Amino acid sequence: MNSQIPGWLRETVARDGETIVYVARERLLEAMTWLNQTPGQDYDYLVDVTAVEFRDRERPLEVVYFLRSLSRRADLRVKVELDAAGDLAVDSVWGLWHGADWLEREVFDMFGISFHGHPDLRRILMWETYAEGFPLRKDFPLRGRFSRAEQVRQALNANPEAHYSLDELSIADAWGDLPDDMRERLKRGERGVVPE
Amino acid sequence: MTRTVELDLATPGLDAQGQPTRMPLAASDLGGEHLLLNMGPQHPATHGVLRLVVELDGETVVRCIPHVGYLHSGFEKLGEYRHYNQIVPLTDRTDYLSPMANNVGMALAAEKLMGIAITPRCTVLRVIACEMSRIISHMVWLGTTSIDLGAFTPFLWAFQERERIYNLQEMWTGARLTTSLTRVGGLMADIPDAFVDGLRKFTDTFPNTLGEIDRVLTRNAVWAGRTQGVGVMTPAEAINYSLSGPMLRASGVPWDVRKDRPYLGYETYDFEVPVGEHGDVYDRYLVRLEECHQSNKILQQALTRLPDGPINVDDPRVILPPKSRAMSDMEAMIFHFKQVMEGVKAPVGEAYVGIENPKGELGNYFVSDGSAKPVRWRIRPPSFINLSALSKMAEGHLLSDLVAINASVDIVMGEVDR
Repeated sequence: MNSQIPGWLRETVARDGETIVYVARERLLEAMTWLNQTPGQDYDYLVDVTAVEFRDRERPLEVVYFLRSLSRRADLRVKVELDAAGDLAVDSVWGLWHGADWLEREVFDMFGISFHGHPDLRRILMWETYAEGFPLRKDFPLRGRFSRAEQVRQALNANPEAHYSLDELSIADAWGDLPDDMRERLKRGERGVVPE
Repeated sequence: MTRTVELDLATPGLDAQGQPTRMPLAASDLGGEHLLLNMGPQHPATHGVLRLVVELDGETVVRCIPHVGYLHSGFEKLGEYRHYNQIVPLTDRTDYLSPMANNVGMALAAEKLMGIAITPRCTVLRVIACEMSRIISHMVWLGTTSIDLGAFTPFLWAFQERERIYNLQEMWTGARLTTSLTRVGGLMADIPDAFVDGLRKFTDTFPNTLGEIDRVLTRNAVWAGRTQGVGVMTPAEAINYSLSGPMLRASGVPWDVRKDRPYLGYETYDFEVPVGEHGDVYDRYLVRLEECHQSNKILQQALTRLPDGPINVDDPRVILPPKSRAMSDMEAMIFHFKQVMEGVKAPVGEAYVGIENPKGELGNYFVSDGSAKPVRWRIRPPSFINLSALSKMAEGHLLSDLVAINASVDIVMGEVDR
């Protein structure tokens, strides 16, 4: 039934009764665009994005997308498998669902999976200079990689200016870099539009 | 070099249509001289350790960059090293303003994974737990938001009501905040004798307080002026940004997990789902206020139908035998030993359960490889996802509106950062 999805590989049913569709990594964005825009599919709502790494090192990592069609009252789970030893990267779905912004950043932060095309892929829960790795990976020890003494040393040596990103520090010069439409809107003093 | 900026200042009051007049935005000929303002992480209006780096043009927010993670505790990682029942105390500490609802959400996901059907009494008691949580969470939201916007009195009323629920929670679980109410397949304790009367007394008098809050705020010119037309999300934007809960419904999208993906028998209760039309801070206030009325209604129905019977499933593999039997009965002792030492084993597979938490859709996603500890425990954090739309909502508003918008998201940093 779902095999018309571009890049469809196989599908199973989860223990909660939901259909899980595995799609090819190269065709993820194509599949998501199809699911989002095809009439009769209309998956307009992204519930969640996360990743799973199994204790069994042979199994690939999975990036899991929870999709929902609000109009059809239907859910679908889409998975992409990534080889842990290979290139941990998939295409970003931010262009389809802006809700993916922080969710993909969190997966990047916790698992080290990159999302091509994400507008602002930075660490989100850990700080930007965090050097111990990716906490939710199975090879990451529960106590962290660095000793407590090393963590304290790094904290004490931190540069307070580093609390601002370069991007933020250059804000005073940033006006010219804003997108034209946003600059126009701000000049007009528009405060957002109340929908009819 | 000095430069004069002419500002067309309006007199605060009502215009011809009876709408509160607004101060016009600062003239944008300050363009090019932008100010970088740091707000938080220790700031009373950020509702926790949220840090906002704000780019200002005059008093107008050009860009707002949130920084989260100050309260990151690695709950999801910790969950991978714990038995399913040992995860319950972690859920108290995520959204600590509605601990009981989090307990329920996690237990429902674990039960779905294991294929356990809970008892009728447990189902109704869990509904009571969820709706009590909704009321206290919305009361905290209302109190803190009204303080942010300069109204102190509703804060006191709201926190008094919250105190009454906390007393009931303490009566039930022994704890006010870290309730750890549920176990896989049941509850840690049945309600005590005085609980039903106490809750009934609460549901009888709580609408009076809501009425008072309504009278003080809803038609208050200052309140309406600070909230109407501020932080608007259109229905399409709200869906695109994955908003959930009152944030989504205030934008006019009628999606409530209790109605659309019923769990705990919510389809058998008579309640309405309030939906806003403008998607601004004011509509979010109205939606949450009405949700309190509806929760109160559900609580009354739940109290009426509360059946007798056991609270735990009759399955010695997941529910600990009574201590007296564990000490005297060989079989009970074996089950007791196995559960404590090995934990409850879940079959291979995965399960996601989303429940309607006060903040939005709280999802719990378990992946199991057949052992007693999950391979992956994922919380879909509603306030984290709702907060991600803050930059979008704040853009182009005044700095003081940023406070109102941030408050209207109803974040709790324990859950945002987990």
